[in-house]
Amino acid sequence: MNYNWNWSIFFEPAPGGTGTYFHMLLTGLWLTIQTGIFAWIIALIFGSIVGVLRTLPSKTAYWIGFAWVEFFRNMPLLVQLFLWFFVLPELLPRSWGLWLKQMPNAPFYTAAIGIGLFMSARVAVQLAAGIASLPRGQKQAATALGLTTLQGYRYVLLPIAFRIIMPPLTSEFLNTIKNTAVAITIGLIELTGQARSMQEFSFQVFEAFTAATVMYLLINIIVVTGMRFLERSLAIPGYITGK
Amino acid sequence: MFATFDFDVIRRSLGYLFLDGMAFTLTLTALSALGGIIFGTLIALMRLSGFKVLGRIAGLYVDFMRSLPLVLVIFWFYFLVPYVGQWLTGASRPISVGAFTSALVTFIMFEAAYFSEIMRAGIQSISKGQPAAANALGMTYAQTMRYVVLPQAFRNMLPVLLTQTIVLFQDTSLVYVLSMPDFLGAASKVAQRDGRLVEMYLFAAVVYFTISCVASFGVRRLQARISIVR
Repeated sequence: MNYNWNWSIFFEPAPGGTGTYFHMLLTGLWLTIQTGIFAWIIALIFGSIVGVLRTLPSKTAYWIGFAWVEFFRNMPLLVQLFLWFFVLPELLPRSWGLWLKQMPNAPFYTAAIGIGLFMSARVAVQLAAGIASLPRGQKQAATALGLTTLQGYRYVLLPIAFRIIMPPLTSEFLNTIKNTAVAITIGLIELTGQARSMQEFSFQVFEAFTAATVMYLLINIIVVTGMRFLERSLAIPGYITGK
Repeated sequence: MFATFDFDVIRRSLGYLFLDGMAFTLTLTALSALGGIIFGTLIALMRLSGFKVLGRIAGLYVDFMRSLPLVLVIFWFYFLVPYVGQWLTGASRPISVGAFTSALVTFIMFEAAYFSEIMRAGIQSISKGQPAAANALGMTYAQTMRYVVLPQAFRNMLPVLLTQTIVLFQDTSLVYVLSMPDFLGAASKVAQRDGRLVEMYLFAAVVYFTISCVASFGVRRLQARISIVR
């Protein structure tokens, strides 16, 4: 391979004037983490609501949940981001659209909300499956104790269901973080974006991508370790994940 | 709000969108799924082979690919494939590969990690008695896999493999980052040429949505039909 390796490139100043190339990548890493966490919070909130809707006895609630999941699952994330970023401001009343377009950090909010809603469909499916996997007696016992539907979910079903679906939720969280890279297409310069601009400025393609790769691997290791710890501390003794 | 819409821009570009763009997307999807399943099955076999080193290598490959964003992998291969091609052919400079080849290699390598997990689950779902019986009949390892285990594993996993292919179909839109002429790329080129982002992106969304919906409905039907009653 006749490629000129230059690993010291990371300590050379980047053309942005804000520091070294390494610093540039770190900025990207930080933005990836921020976007990922913000999107994950949105995914959890909407995913929980929709997941519960899918398990309620009401037909209407079920269909709303079904429509939500199908809508967000059957379009590529990239297309969804384009819809939020380019199409939505045009469809809104003129003044709202203008406000959206002039919003500072528009790519960040669009990415976080767009990826969050995209992932919410997946969280909803996992949660609905988790609730469905509980023995029927749980819900009946809650009703027999005089709990309302809301209380039944709040105090009985959800606390157990969320513990059961911890492992798949961990991988959905990782997917959320990975999906932030798609936001490069609407101008969010996160980790992959910074690696790409480092490659364009310095021509050191493989060093830039290797560094980004290592950073993504580190994020994965940290999240997996942290979630395993959380899983263990939340496990119900004698129940599936418990010992 | 649709008053200012110019739906004619869609009609005018239908030929380019579907004959060029969608053809690129569908070819890429089909070939990547095929290559991904073959390569993925090999990885799954490596993991289940009982040779520690082989299993470890395959496991590392799968974990590695699954922890990276597809966009980054697309960039990696776009720059890496010419150098690997040079090394393989012994050429004096990095060879130039077309956009399509580069994308195809990327998706096969990336999706193989996901397909291998599906095939691994499929192979593990076959009861131990099956390979044992094949062994008793005097079949070699290759024959056991070829005639007994893999056909059943493949059949059991067909709905999951197809669902993953629908995900792959949606993921191919990411070649947009290398400005390749897939369906979304074509839509985006027309959108920017004619200044009609709203119409073109809405149309692209509707097309992707329809195809994915119809395909996943078909998979559900297939699943109901082919599932073996035990």
